Parts: sequence; structure tokens; C-alpha cells
Amino acid sequence: MSTLRVQAPSAARPPQSPFRRIVDDFFANPVATFGFGLLCLIVFFAIFAPLISPQNPYDLAQIDVMDGRLPPGSPTATGGTFWLGTDDQGRDMLSAIFYGLRISLAVGAASTVLALVIGLAAGLAAAYVGGRFEALVMRIVDIQLSFPAILIALILIAVLGQGTGKVITALVTIQWAYYARTVRSAALVEKRKEYIEAARCLALPPSHIVFRHLLPNCLPPLIVVATVQVAAAIALEATLSFLGLGLPITEPSLGLLIANGYQYLLSGKYWISFFPGIALLLTIVSINLVADQLRDVLNPRLQR
Amino acid sequence: MLVFIIRRSLQSVVVLLAMSLIVFVGVYAIGNPIDILINPQADQIDRERAIAALGLDRPLWEQYLVFLQGALGGDFGRSFVHATSALRLILEKMPATLELAFTAMLIAIVLGIPLGLWAGLKPNALSGRAIMAGSILGFSLPTFWVGLMLIMVFSVMLGWLPSNGRGATVDLLGVPVSFLTVDGLRHLLMPATNLALFNLALLIRLTRSGAHEALLQDYVKFARAKGLSNRRVIGVHVLRNILIPVVTVIGLQFGSLIAFAIVTESVFAWPGMGKLLIDSINLLDRPVIVAYLLVIVTFFILINLAVDILYSALDPRVRLTEAKG
Repeated sequence: MSTLRVQAPSAARPPQSPFRRIVDDFFANPVATFGFGLLCLIVFFAIFAPLISPQNPYDLAQIDVMDGRLPPGSPTATGGTFWLGTDDQGRDMLSAIFYGLRISLAVGAASTVLALVIGLAAGLAAAYVGGRFEALVMRIVDIQLSFPAILIALILIAVLGQGTGKVITALVTIQWAYYARTVRSAALVEKRKEYIEAARCLALPPSHIVFRHLLPNCLPPLIVVATVQVAAAIALEATLSFLGLGLPITEPSLGLLIANGYQYLLSGKYWISFFPGIALLLTIVSINLVADQLRDVLNPRLQR
Repeated sequence: MLVFIIRRSLQSVVVLLAMSLIVFVGVYAIGNPIDILINPQADQIDRERAIAALGLDRPLWEQYLVFLQGALGGDFGRSFVHATSALRLILEKMPATLELAFTAMLIAIVLGIPLGLWAGLKPNALSGRAIMAGSILGFSLPTFWVGLMLIMVFSVMLGWLPSNGRGATVDLLGVPVSFLTVDGLRHLLMPATNLALFNLALLIRLTRSGAHEALLQDYVKFARAKGLSNRRVIGVHVLRNILIPVVTVIGLQFGSLIAFAIVTESVFAWPGMGKLLIDSINLLDRPVIVAYLLVIVTFFILINLAVDILYSALDPRVRLTEAKG
């Protein structure tokens, strides 16, 4: 009954590629389109930071301590404007934010990709092999997910020490469990379907079945989880950096910029913490808006 | 019911043992405590004597048993920095953290359930939509930054509330608490609100979707058909049924409140366990780190146990399936 209702309108429309349909559905929602546009803009700022920043905030020749802690809108010595003010070293905050976005996004993306690969391998293997191996992997996932991410991150930082690589390791260790759980449950559903049975009957090699048949069909829920997790990773890295347990000061991410402004907040110099926080907030919100819409678009039960 | 509680308690002991092993191996065996504990100028003989004195020459499982024996008696070793018992140090800081977490949970419950119910009953009204939009912000805003902005607005710009510390405390049964003095309450309000935000958003969404579903159920239609007042239908029939997941989440989230208090305590310089942990990590004070982690893991396990028991009391079906299986 319900399948009939779902198929009737699509039969009336001309045939459409699935990708085309997903893109169309995605941009049908104005809020999601806005989120996507904002995200593109943020990624653009991050990638081209050196080209569009008014100054290189980490080139000592370009900054002047005499410009320190100027409020937003103050003129620069060369006739420009510090639109978002300057920090204690006299850095233009706008430039510092562009460079900070670069580092925050890079750390978030790197840890997401690594965690995705590890979680995907573990989840697929658990679903395909089954038995003791599956029980063991899923037990570890369950125990890990029963603790808040921030606690696991702090345990790992306490054990491993600090540094960019260590932060990425901590983020990967936290995130792989989400992917493993998602992939496994998707793969368990797909495994029972006829096309896998057909592939087995054709005596295709297991690697071919797993990677060419099982994997592509497990991707939709994984894409949604990955999008949400990029935002979570960026927020967690910022939190760790704010606590002084994240990236070293040579890698000034948004979290470090905010931490740097914390000490000047009480004397009313709000802009050093405020604007990097707004940049962080816009990044997280835009990614979440995109993830929300992806969830609706990629969910086969909601297909129109 | 008794069998259920006993079985759940046994399960908890097993998880606790497993976690103690992980924390022990993680913090003690992966890092090398010798480098920190022994003077780098010491010669080989001194080193070996110190290693033997600390029991570090014995096999790992034996070290673990010694550690476990001490831990069961409440001995996690002495803090390298404060030269007192690590556990005592944590217990001294615990009331401050618990007070903060309880207050935050109270704020989340008192505001979250009514707001969620309202949004569930009026999903298309402007007020309902505004509540839901606000809850999305609660998920997206990074906690520590919201804390900074609260300080900026209420301490620096308006000057209404103090930005750090606990304020004046009163001893209640020998434990210092802030909530009984006006000054203490003023200090408590901002950090507790900051910590509550995430759970407030969570409770709003949970209550809303619960109310939304319950309103479509036959028993609600039946209650209305019987001619019960709207207040009774919502207050008794709807609320009672959405409370089951809400209670579970409140219980489970209490543990994460204590974990997230680490961040809030750092922002507002609240002298609790979380701030102690951050300081200990920075100073490589391993006994305190291990003691903190095991205390908080025990917390989590006790909370899970309590939630399971409460859950089975609220929903008899849970108890029945457990007893059969």
C-alpha cells in the first residue's frame, strides 16, 4: 500500500538520476541552502586565508605591538582599518580568524577522515565476519560511547601528552566508534537483502561483495554521521585548545584565539574572544544545518 | 525486582573492574612514571633500587593487583604536587562540583520540561517554533564560549553577577555549600546556567517529541472522550508516559554534567574536581588523574545502575523481559 503511494508520483516524472534528485531535494529547503552557502564561504576563507587576509598575523614584520588591543574599526598605520580590532600583540583579528579557521577546519577534517576509515573498516568487518569478533568490537564501542567525548579526550591527552598529532589521535579515538556502530547496523540490514545473496550465488570474491556491493549501500547514513561529527570535532578541538590541552600556540586555532582573549575579557576588551567565537559558532551551525537537511534527503523512508 | 537489582549490580562490578584495568594500563603503563618520579641525575643502581621500591619491576598483572588492593581501600597514592592523599584531594573538591551539577540539572528540568511540553502541544504556534529554534542553538553553541559571553554581559557590561569563585559558603552537615547564602547563589547562577544549556536543549526536544507522539495515542483520545479536563489529560496521562525517557536521559546526562563541569569550572574558576583535573594534567600529577578518572567512572556506573532500577519501577515491562532473559 505504502510502496504504491511512494512510486506513483515518481513514475509520472521523467526518470532522474539519484544524485540529481538528492541535489534537487537538498536545495529545496532555503535554510539548508543558506547553511550550505555559509559553509562554502567559510571554507573559502579558510583555504584562501593568505590571499584575502589584510595582513599575515604571524609575520612579525607585519604586526606592531603598538597596535595592541585596539577596538574594532580602529585605523591602521597604513590607512586601512582593523575591522574586528586587534589582539594583545597587535594582530588584526580578522586575519587571525581566517588563519584560525584554516587550522580548526584542517584538524576537524583530518580527524574525521581518519576516524571514518577506521570506523568503516571495523564496522564492515564486524558485520561481515560476525561472531566473536563482532561481539568484541561492538562491546568496545558500547563502553566507549557510554562516556562523554570530553572525558575520553581528556583521558587520552593525559596519557599521550599534548600536540597537534595527539589531539587528532584523541579525536579519531572518540569518533571511530560512531562510524563503526552506524556502518555495522546499516551493513547488517543490507547483508540480508537479495542483491547480496545474488552476488554470493555468483561466487564473487568476498572483497568484491564487501567493497562493490555492501559498502556503497551503507554510505548514506554514514555521510550524515560524518557531517555531524566534523562539527563535533571542531567544537571539541576548540574546547581542548581553550583549556590549554589542545593545539600548541604555534597552531593558533579558533579555540586558542578565544582562550587568548579570555584574560582581556574582564577589562572590557571583548572583541579578542567574541569574534573568533562567532566564527566558530557560524562554522558549527552551518555544518549542522547541512547535516540536518542531508539526513532528510538521504533517508529513503522520507523520499517523495 | 530483587533478582533484577542483584543482576544489574553484578554487571556493574564487572564493568568497573574492566574500566579500572583500562585506566591503570592507560595512565600508569603507557606513560613511564619512572622518568617523573626519579631524579634524572640518579645512577643506574639508584634507579633500579627506586624501581624495585615502587614495585615497577614486577609483572604488570601483579602491579595491577597491588594497585587494585590499594584502590579498594581508598588509597590511590599521594599527589606528587600537594603531598596529600589523592582521593582526599578529590573528595574535598567534590561538593563544589556536585552542587554545580545539581543546580544545572535543576535549571534544565524546571525550564526544559514545561518548555518542551508547550512546544509539543503547540507545534505550529510561533512560541513553539521559537522554543525549538532556541534549542538548536543550545546544541550548537560551544559551552565554553557561551560561558565567556555570559561573563562579558553580566559581569563586565552590566556588573550584576560575579565572574569567578564560589562566593561565601555555609557548612551544611560539615560540607561547605554556596546555595544557602545570597553571595553564594549569585556566584552559582551563571556557571550553573552555562552548564545547564545543553541539557536544557536536550530536555526540550525530548519532551516535545514525547508529547507530540503521546497526543496521537488512543489512550489520550479515550481520556478526552471520557470528558477529563485538559489539565488532567496532559498533567497525568501525557506527562506520565513521556517521563520514562525523560527520567532516563536526566539520569544518564547527570554523569556528563559532571564531565562537562570540567569546562565550566575552568571558565568560571569554580573550585571543583574538574578544575583540579585540568591542573593535575598540566602538572602531570598522575595519582590525582587516576583517582579522578576512577571516581568519575564509578559515578557513571552508579548512575547507570540507578537509572535502570528507576526505569524498571516506572515501566514494569522492562523488569519482566529482564527476568525472563
